[in-house]
Amino acid sequence: MDLLSDQGLRLDGRRPDELRNIRCKMGVFNQADGSAYLEQGNTKVLATVYGPHQPRGQARNRAPHDEAFVNCQYSMAVFSTGERKNRPRGDRKSQEMSIHLRQALVSAIRTELYPRSQLDIFVEVLQADGGNYCACVNAATLALVDAGVGMREYAVACSASLANGEIPLVDISHLEESTGGPNLTVASLPISGQVALMEMSQRFHSDHLPKVLERALEGCKDIHRILDDTVRKHVEETGRASGWGQVDRAGIVL
Amino acid sequence: MQNIKIRLASERVNTSLTFGEEGAPHLYTPGETITDNQRVMSGHGTYMDEENKEVLKASVAGTVERVNQLICVRPIKCRYMGEIGDVVVGRITEVQQKRWKVETNARLDSVLLISSVNLPGGELRRRSAEDEQMMRKYLQEGDLVSAEVQSVFSDGSLSLHTRSLKYGKLSQGVLVKVPPSLILRRKNHFHNLLCGASVILGNNGLIWIYPTSPEDDSGVGGFTQNLEQVIDKEDRERIARLRNCILSISASKLMLFDSSIQYAFEESLNYSIKELLTPEVMLDVAFRTRHRLQAYKDS
Repeated sequence: MDLLSDQGLRLDGRRPDELRNIRCKMGVFNQADGSAYLEQGNTKVLATVYGPHQPRGQARNRAPHDEAFVNCQYSMAVFSTGERKNRPRGDRKSQEMSIHLRQALVSAIRTELYPRSQLDIFVEVLQADGGNYCACVNAATLALVDAGVGMREYAVACSASLANGEIPLVDISHLEESTGGPNLTVASLPISGQVALMEMSQRFHSDHLPKVLERALEGCKDIHRILDDTVRKHVEETGRASGWGQVDRAGIVL
Repeated sequence: MQNIKIRLASERVNTSLTFGEEGAPHLYTPGETITDNQRVMSGHGTYMDEENKEVLKASVAGTVERVNQLICVRPIKCRYMGEIGDVVVGRITEVQQKRWKVETNARLDSVLLISSVNLPGGELRRRSAEDEQMMRKYLQEGDLVSAEVQSVFSDGSLSLHTRSLKYGKLSQGVLVKVPPSLILRRKNHFHNLLCGASVILGNNGLIWIYPTSPEDDSGVGGFTQNLEQVIDKEDRERIARLRNCILSISASKLMLFDSSIQYAFEESLNYSIKELLTPEVMLDVAFRTRHRLQAYKDS
């Protein structure tokens, strides 16, 4: 099966540089300090952020005195994949994902602002349809912004692949992942253009790397725009109801 | 059991009161450049770009506040950032040497020193070693206290004091948690509401609702805790209604202060207490409350 048809369309009808449909919502939980829900095509992810708070439990002795201790947990709901999973978290793959997630997010969070504190980030994949890591980073970023955690900028992740040995594809779905073809996952800080994490499964000729990487970074920029829109809408809506916290506009005459 | 209602996510009620309204101050999001003017100072929620030292960028999503050259970005929602003089409600998490640790919804646990509480038996009593051994008798893990922020330590944790009769251990009542940014800063955070109950609006987003005590207004202070006293049903219902009202106006992100809570209470009287837990009714109460606040402002 070819990743790209003769008409230049992908298996799900997208063009090579087209992202899957992204829908997201901030502030989905009341109890958490910050939370977000994100759909990227059929991949659905929930992210919650607790803290920064006093380190409790294991982190108590591990919290550094000059920056925050960031704790990430990646889990996949047992019903998220085609075949029912046995363990939602704690297996090797999830642990690796947690580490990678932490790496990308720590590069964006201004951890130096929160000495002796702990920041918990929990991400749960509800439906896995490729690009789980990307969706998780994007959802976690939204949740962190919702929690009011200081960040240098958004951490955004996007994947890219190579079709027919020459054309780069952006935002790989599960079908494209399993059909074969390399998968380059990049987490980046899109405003400054820094790369926080890069991972590749399978190999392709290094000559192709620049254009595949560029396609992935381009995807990050597009996703950044979408996330930023969501944040602005959310802040505007909540801020307006509270009168922007101002005394006079909330309807009080002092 | 027939009263359990399960609804689809798609039927979720939109709690927004301002749907379709226009006009907002300029909002900044993390990484957005605020200014490249070199003379400004970087305040909370901003940082100087590492590569280009002249550019000031936002690090949280919110509105800009400017005091002369100091520029801050205030996030819409964040953990409680203590300021001296704030009234807070907190829960004791630890009893240590000469101090209690209090969880106040801030970034780190706050400290309540034994030297900054009024021990029973005179304000000017010396604190002895016995007092330190008795600490758990005054306040133990899990107790709720109201206190005032005395100072902020260099690492950002707060030092509290209860050196006034109005502060101290809380006994019978209901605790409600709301985002700290929704509590309006006022002169007074202790209110005896007209509806017949009292509230402590902690700046840290914890609200304590308790029955108004008939005899005096000092009410909650000290370390006495009267758990034998039976609160009659009317008072309990009033407190329950008040709790649901506070939750409904905070769900719609209205600011919380004495009159907004009082209005919400009055507007909720059309409904039974348990009806106030359904999203539609919560929205209606918040909507009417906002309407009355605006009418009050216009008059």
